[in-house]
Amino acid sequence: MAGDQELKLLGSWASPFVIRARIALNLKGVGYEFLEEGLGTKSELLLKSNPVYKQIPVLIHNGKPICESMIIVQYIDEVWAAAGPSILPSDPYDRAIARFWAVYIDDKWFPLLWKIIIAKADDEETAEAAEQVIAGLQLLEEAFEKCSKGKDFFGGKSVGCIDIALGCYFGWVKAAEKMAGVKLLDKEKIPLLMGWAERFCSADAVKELMPEVDKLIEHGKMVRARLNAAATN
Amino acid sequence: MVGGREVKLFGMWASPAVRRVEWALKLKGIEYEYIEEDISNKSTDLVKYNPINKQVPVLLHHGKPIIESLVIIEYIDEVWKHNPILPKDPYERAMARFWATYSEDKCRSAAREVFFAEGEKRVKAIKCLEETLRALDEELQGKKFFGGENIGFSDLVLGWMAFWLGVSEEVASFEVLDPNKFPWFTSWIDSFLKVPAIKENLPPRDKTVEFFHSYRRLHLAAPKC
Repeated sequence: MAGDQELKLLGSWASPFVIRARIALNLKGVGYEFLEEGLGTKSELLLKSNPVYKQIPVLIHNGKPICESMIIVQYIDEVWAAAGPSILPSDPYDRAIARFWAVYIDDKWFPLLWKIIIAKADDEETAEAAEQVIAGLQLLEEAFEKCSKGKDFFGGKSVGCIDIALGCYFGWVKAAEKMAGVKLLDKEKIPLLMGWAERFCSADAVKELMPEVDKLIEHGKMVRARLNAAATN
Repeated sequence: MVGGREVKLFGMWASPAVRRVEWALKLKGIEYEYIEEDISNKSTDLVKYNPINKQVPVLLHHGKPIIESLVIIEYIDEVWKHNPILPKDPYERAMARFWATYSEDKCRSAAREVFFAEGEKRVKAIKCLEETLRALDEELQGKKFFGGENIGFSDLVLGWMAFWLGVSEEVASFEVLDPNKFPWFTSWIDSFLKVPAIKENLPPRDKTVEFFHSYRRLHLAAPKC
């Protein structure tokens, strides 16, 4: 690693939250050491750096840990402000809108997607969750129209906060579709988002990070099995 | 005083999420118009400004709505830069945001679990809540406030624990705020409640207790689907 800064990221290839941090680091052109945590194992370093949540991602900058993906993204944006495009908008109101959508995506929308991924067999709950995921995407379609102002991304010319917050889940959305046999990405319902998704996944800062859907499906099945086993114990 | 007619806040008197926004406004000396919402009969304005979840608080600044209390506080801090709520240093800011997130992700749900649980489930829920208090107590070691010498972002967001948690204890008959187990945290509660902007902006305790009693009764009586 060049320079006097030590930067490590604890993560896993499959985690959308980890992908967020990596996109942010790529946008700023910052080099770092990536330490892969295995599924079902937690390294000493992880437990020491994130004793409260014991979860990835953890960014360790000169020995100091930063946890929680969107907090890490904002930290990267602030520390390396001059190194690359701004991830958060500059106007306070636009920043509030970006933060709001990040909260909505994580607190309201993703739990529904997760429900579909870990559902045992096709049941009513999956169909209902799928409807709600689609409804959420339709809200985000409207948000995209307002935020992008005709440009490529929520962040305008370059990948920004909402792009990162939502885009990181794209692989998992496709995996959920196959795992549960539901259609979530409908060009007729969310035409703008479909165009955005393609541009997002091919953006320089993103393209090498998006996992293959088949690998995610395999991973998702393992996670689902572990959760269901834990629930019956 | 700054703000005036350009700042409006839609709120509900018993809501801790609303109070934390008011505390931020008071700390900055921002004048605002407060609109009390009847949650069982939401105004057309509230639904217009927050169609997504139709909840309070909603801050209106020059007619533009900002939603989600943590987002609102950061907005207030960025627009009115005096008396800063978040620290300047990026690492300190990340820590402030971390504990604010912890409050909303872990502490609130743990407290809620205890509030509505009964029997064996309650015993388990209390253990979880105490774990969060332990983490907060550890973080506070050697500090008066989460923000250091003065209150900051995490204090405002965690502030519900200084008042509403005590109310919950009374209403649901449990006790977790033990100064022997959590000396730093219980000391923080005392210091926090002494801060003028906080002290002068709390709901009346007896009214709040009454409100939470009915809230709990309603929830426990509701058929579990």
